[in-house]
Amino acid sequence: MSIDLSQFFDVFFEESFEGLDAMEAELLNLEPGKEDSETINTIFRAAHSIKGGSGTFGFVSVSDFTHVLETLLDQIRDGQRVLTAEHVNLLLKSVDCVRGLLSALQAEEEPDLSESYELKARFEAILGGEESSVEETVTTAVESEALRSTTYQIEFKPEPHLFKTGNEPLYMFSELAELGDLEVRAFHDAIPDFLEFDPEDCFLHWRFFLTTSREEQAIAEIFEWVEDDAEIKIEACGGLFDDEPAQTPSAPQVDQGVVSASSESSGEVAGETSGSVEAVKPDVETEKAQQALAAVQQKVETVKNTKTENRKSSDSGATSIRVGIDKVDSLINMVGELVITQAMLSQIGDQDITESSIAALQEGLTQLAHNTRDLQENVMRIRMLPISFVFSRFPRLVRDTSQKLNKQVELKLVGEQTELDKTVMEKLSDPMVHLVRNSLDHGLETPEDRIANGKDPVGTVTLNAFHQGGNIVIEIMDDGKGLDTDKIRNKAIANGLIQESDELSVEEINELIFMPGFSTADSVSDISGRGVGMDVVRRNIQALNGSVEVTSKQGVGSTFTIRLPLTLAILDGQLVQVAAHTYIIPLISIVESLQIDIAKVSKVGKGLEVLRLRDEYIPILRLYDIFSHQGAREELDKTLLVVVESDNYKIGLLVDDLLAQQQVVIKSLEANYQKVDGISGATILGDGTVSLIIDISGLIKLSGLRRPGSTELLVDLKGEEAEPA
Amino acid sequence: MIDQVGVNQQLMFDGESDEKQFLTFMMHDEEYGMDILAVQEIRGWEPVTTIPNSPNFVRGAMNLRGTIVPIIDLRMRFGIDAIEYGPLTVVIVVSVQIKDQQKIMGLVVDAVSDVYSIAEEKAKDVPDFQDSDNAYFVHGLVNVGQKMVVLLNLEKVLDLSDKSGLKG
Repeated sequence: MSIDLSQFFDVFFEESFEGLDAMEAELLNLEPGKEDSETINTIFRAAHSIKGGSGTFGFVSVSDFTHVLETLLDQIRDGQRVLTAEHVNLLLKSVDCVRGLLSALQAEEEPDLSESYELKARFEAILGGEESSVEETVTTAVESEALRSTTYQIEFKPEPHLFKTGNEPLYMFSELAELGDLEVRAFHDAIPDFLEFDPEDCFLHWRFFLTTSREEQAIAEIFEWVEDDAEIKIEACGGLFDDEPAQTPSAPQVDQGVVSASSESSGEVAGETSGSVEAVKPDVETEKAQQALAAVQQKVETVKNTKTENRKSSDSGATSIRVGIDKVDSLINMVGELVITQAMLSQIGDQDITESSIAALQEGLTQLAHNTRDLQENVMRIRMLPISFVFSRFPRLVRDTSQKLNKQVELKLVGEQTELDKTVMEKLSDPMVHLVRNSLDHGLETPEDRIANGKDPVGTVTLNAFHQGGNIVIEIMDDGKGLDTDKIRNKAIANGLIQESDELSVEEINELIFMPGFSTADSVSDISGRGVGMDVVRRNIQALNGSVEVTSKQGVGSTFTIRLPLTLAILDGQLVQVAAHTYIIPLISIVESLQIDIAKVSKVGKGLEVLRLRDEYIPILRLYDIFSHQGAREELDKTLLVVVESDNYKIGLLVDDLLAQQQVVIKSLEANYQKVDGISGATILGDGTVSLIIDISGLIKLSGLRRPGSTELLVDLKGEEAEPA
Repeated sequence: MIDQVGVNQQLMFDGESDEKQFLTFMMHDEEYGMDILAVQEIRGWEPVTTIPNSPNFVRGAMNLRGTIVPIIDLRMRFGIDAIEYGPLTVVIVVSVQIKDQQKIMGLVVDAVSDVYSIAEEKAKDVPDFQDSDNAYFVHGLVNVGQKMVVLLNLEKVLDLSDKSGLKG
């Protein structure tokens, strides 16, 4: 049976996309005039692999296009051509184009070829249009052939296993045909008796007469993939027609009469892999050969189409991650230890329980807990990827955007190796793109303005990632003009977000940019300014249990800080008791837990109690009250206060008791029920019961402590009224 | 005709193809039925974790082999007086498609009763109840022997976001 190539499609696409990413990154490193050969080589190799792969799988649109790209790169690599900025731009565009083609193929859609044709034409113009030491290119070759064409005689005698290595002679032939006038003769003398005929083997061999202006090397390149699987002989010969096939000892029987028969069988053979070569009707007359080749190309086209259609049910939504072998090894080690511990425990279980065996049992259980925790940490680590996966797309984005805006920007990336959960990373990408675009569009000034303000005309945008506690912090800093508080204020008044009479601090004004329907861009551009931006950014990040805030200084720049939990699956929790119920407070948000000194509690307004703690006033939220539970301790001196922090505000949660601290696996409550205010999820405790995880910011909202549209707490705790009586 | 046949669950009833099997349960001395294909399992009552500020018919959440499943008291959902849970009280775990989402929920009922094969077209339309709240949950009425069984529309019973049916 034939090999079903479609099973390799996913791998091919994945590798190609990786190759494109690599190309893009390296292209951005290229500076015309200062290119180093290693960078060019990397780009060339990536392009070459994509071309080779797409050729193998019959994605002609991709391989054709990458071919010209590769030609240009090859010339640059060999020093035959000097890299210019135009080349880099064109190459970057073609990376996008190939990405588009591949995405379309992956989604089993008909790719839009117009862009690739256009780009291809531009490449060809570069390749053909300039006078340089460069040899003629593939496509211009045919026209200029008359100038200095040579006829080559090529013997191609593949090993029987040619098809099994995934090679398709038909493609090579059509590529040969592109080089010039091609005459093909197929020899079928090796075809065995029908009974011994293995349809998966290749029994044919071919002789070509190629009249081309290209050099021998160009022909050799076509056969590069099959070098090891075939006998290939390329030699220049003077005349085409003098060279009678009978003179070749290896093919004594060949004559025109059997040609059709041979092509029929070859049709059967090749049909297994990709289609039919029936159309190759070898003939001594070049004219006919060319007709045949046109037919071949048509076939190739059909083959490509059917291939695309045949590709079914490949789930493009499924993604995979690459895991370092060291991570896998350490997992295997840990599982080994776990098995040993399990064996030890079951041995204890088999014996009669004595005093000494209890001690051993306890020891074993400690070890088991240790193993489990290690294993869990390591399994989580598999999902962790360096944030450079997100960062890597920004050089390109900054380059394109700054060109569009006529600004000069330097992008600095710091902490690219900081690791982050893959799911978090995927969802982080869009908000970050938005923030970076904002910095470029609204933050940085034009070079003229910068010079006028005594700044370096080149603006700087810095992306910085680092771990802080159980969080990952990502900062997006620019040294632009900073947020214009007056403008924001006026805009917010105009949009009805605040009242004219409201007095807001600078921080509060800056917070306004995260409000829905707020945009200060004077004109709506395609870069930013649709007014759906920042609130969506904040919502997306909050959906990941994270927060985003901004600090800004006029004339100096602004910094957006995104804070995210490292993983969404597991959380360190503090178990607390409220009446008869157990809740979990994320340990990250707990500042401290304390017994309340009643003397320091004062009442503010409508029964809101505030505790003076050092220099701060902490509003007290009675959890049993918010959650409507009966039977909790209500006296402040008999309960405990857990001080938590969320969005820069501290509140105290009144609980009956503190229980254990433990890691909990977050389960969704929403999946089977619905969103519960003040609850972020649920988990299952050691005894199998369900416990709910408190969502601090949701809780603050639920308690009504906030004024809508402001992060300021309802009561100004720094004001006079909060002073203890 | 066979419109009044009660079949035991073990008895494979090879009836007409348009017949559906219904699991019936008792509540306040009435017999209610639900499509047996929605039923995942039947469990005894065990204490659950209260979900704060939930409607009174939501008893809480239960751990069903690692999945968090909300438990709904059907009596309260229908506005019938609550009774103390006893040894016969069961939780019927059902899987229902609610607004494009497959949800697993538990229903607390007084006791399970039987399994019947009922041709759907035999189910009579709900008469125009004065008490239109509960009629909203009813798919149809059907006679089984001397008894009347109320077939429930689980999608509506369990759609907690839909406030139209309930006073809460």
